[in-house]
Amino acid sequence: MARSVSTSRRITFTVVAWVIALILFFPILWTIITSFKSEGDAIAFPPVFLNFHWTLDSYREVQERSDYLLHVWNSAAVSFGSTLIALLISIPAAWAMAFNPGKRTKDILMWMLSTKMMPAVAVLVPFYLAFKNLGLLDTKLGLIIILTMMNLPIIVWMLYSYFKEIPGEILEAARMDGATLGKEIVYVLAPMAVPGIASTVLLNIILSWNEAFWTLNLSASQAAPLSTFIASYSSPEGLFWAKLSAASTLAIAPILVMGWFSQKQLVRGLTFGAVK
Amino acid sequence: MATIQMRTTARAMMAPAVILLLVWMAVPLAATLYYSFQNYTLLNPVISFAGLDNYYYFITDPAFASAVLNTIYLVGGVLLITVIGGLFLALLIDQPIFGQGIVRILVISPFFVMPTVAALVWKNMLMNPIYGIFAWLFSLVGLPPVDFLAQIPLLSIILIVAWQWLPFATLILLTALQSLDGEQMEAAEMDGAGVVSRFIYLVLPHLSRAITVVILIETIFLLGVFAEILVTTNGGPGTASTNLPFLVYTQALLNFDVGSASAGGIIAVVVANIVAFFLMRIIGKNLEA
Repeated sequence: MARSVSTSRRITFTVVAWVIALILFFPILWTIITSFKSEGDAIAFPPVFLNFHWTLDSYREVQERSDYLLHVWNSAAVSFGSTLIALLISIPAAWAMAFNPGKRTKDILMWMLSTKMMPAVAVLVPFYLAFKNLGLLDTKLGLIIILTMMNLPIIVWMLYSYFKEIPGEILEAARMDGATLGKEIVYVLAPMAVPGIASTVLLNIILSWNEAFWTLNLSASQAAPLSTFIASYSSPEGLFWAKLSAASTLAIAPILVMGWFSQKQLVRGLTFGAVK
Repeated sequence: MATIQMRTTARAMMAPAVILLLVWMAVPLAATLYYSFQNYTLLNPVISFAGLDNYYYFITDPAFASAVLNTIYLVGGVLLITVIGGLFLALLIDQPIFGQGIVRILVISPFFVMPTVAALVWKNMLMNPIYGIFAWLFSLVGLPPVDFLAQIPLLSIILIVAWQWLPFATLILLTALQSLDGEQMEAAEMDGAGVVSRFIYLVLPHLSRAITVVILIETIFLLGVFAEILVTTNGGPGTASTNLPFLVYTQALLNFDVGSASAGGIIAVVVANIVAFFLMRIIGKNLEA
């Protein structure tokens, strides 16, 4: 499409787009800048933008004030753990639905999706009581169980949509040549499915890392992932903006970078394939 | 050529996922339903049958009416901002601009910020009435500072949540926009269709499904907004920013009233199901295509 666009129009659009984009990005940028300030500079009024004494003190103090790395580890363990377990359960299911669809496959898929529509708050009470009785409150295991089940439908759906794009004839050919089911999966399906699986993993780690309903309600000090830990900065006992910013920057940085690489998969995963 | 053996294998492969989800879905929901008919508080271990009392008390509590209204304002307000803003942004980014890739990355970034961080950054560094950026901007034009979360708590939360979801709407609509047939647009342009009529007769109909999907999916998530309220206003002042999920949380984990909280949970299910019904129909249609 070689439509000629006048340079002046192009520049106008560019300027408008950049201004809006920078305004939308500003809260994140401001958090990153504030994380390098001293607490005094952080609450300076009028605000100081770049001409202040840059320091890494807040990052050090965040670790000293409470065991920050413990919460990083909790976040990583919970999001990676739940994604991996969900993946192990989902891959066979999605494989069967994509390559051996039965009469009810579509109904099962739709039903799985419908479980995502159940508001979390509706089952908060039974889970809270059950976790309390089983000693799962404030444990990583408990959070992994919850998040595994939360994300299972999305994972099945995403894998299904990727597996469906793999031509079934290739599998049949492998079968004709005498490949067993195990060999079929390892040598034929896996190499073609890896990109789809990787995208699924990426999106789900992002979703689990940022999850903030179950983590807030079911974890406290021991198993608290970053989302719960950072909520503890909401206490009004004092203004610790530089430390809040340092903790926040570290918490969002890895996910932000992962998110930039997963724009396409995000659309697909979050709309359940309705928009590609 | 599906042999019986293959079908059995397929079933065995699906079984773990299906059974786990079935248990996950049915057991807690049944428990909530059961609790909702019992007099049960965590402070008093004696459980007795309550009939519809919990529903009656939950619904007639003045906090319920305001929570329903707040939920509607929150969902409606965020939808209004994100759909219109997202449409505008998607159209803008779709233009041939310099640095398109970077603009895109900057715009979608807020979506990846975890809710507690987003809410706390807005609450403190932007909305604080003494040291915040907004207070500074207001002082530049000679306006008195606004104590956002005390004076306009719900509107402030709507702003924060809209900031998080605007990228989602933009990204989905941009994806849909990029699948628009360029030749068709060109033909319309050559036939003398102006920018406005091209937008109304070509772009909007093309985007209508993506817009519907954005509205429905956002609604599902927005009905459950919780963390943003917990770390900013804690539902207050009073119940000024308490939505339905937050009210259930208050009943369950602060007032220890399991029965009443469960009744609230069941009401939330009914509300979510009404939305889900429409969403499922659209996705189901797409599955056939």
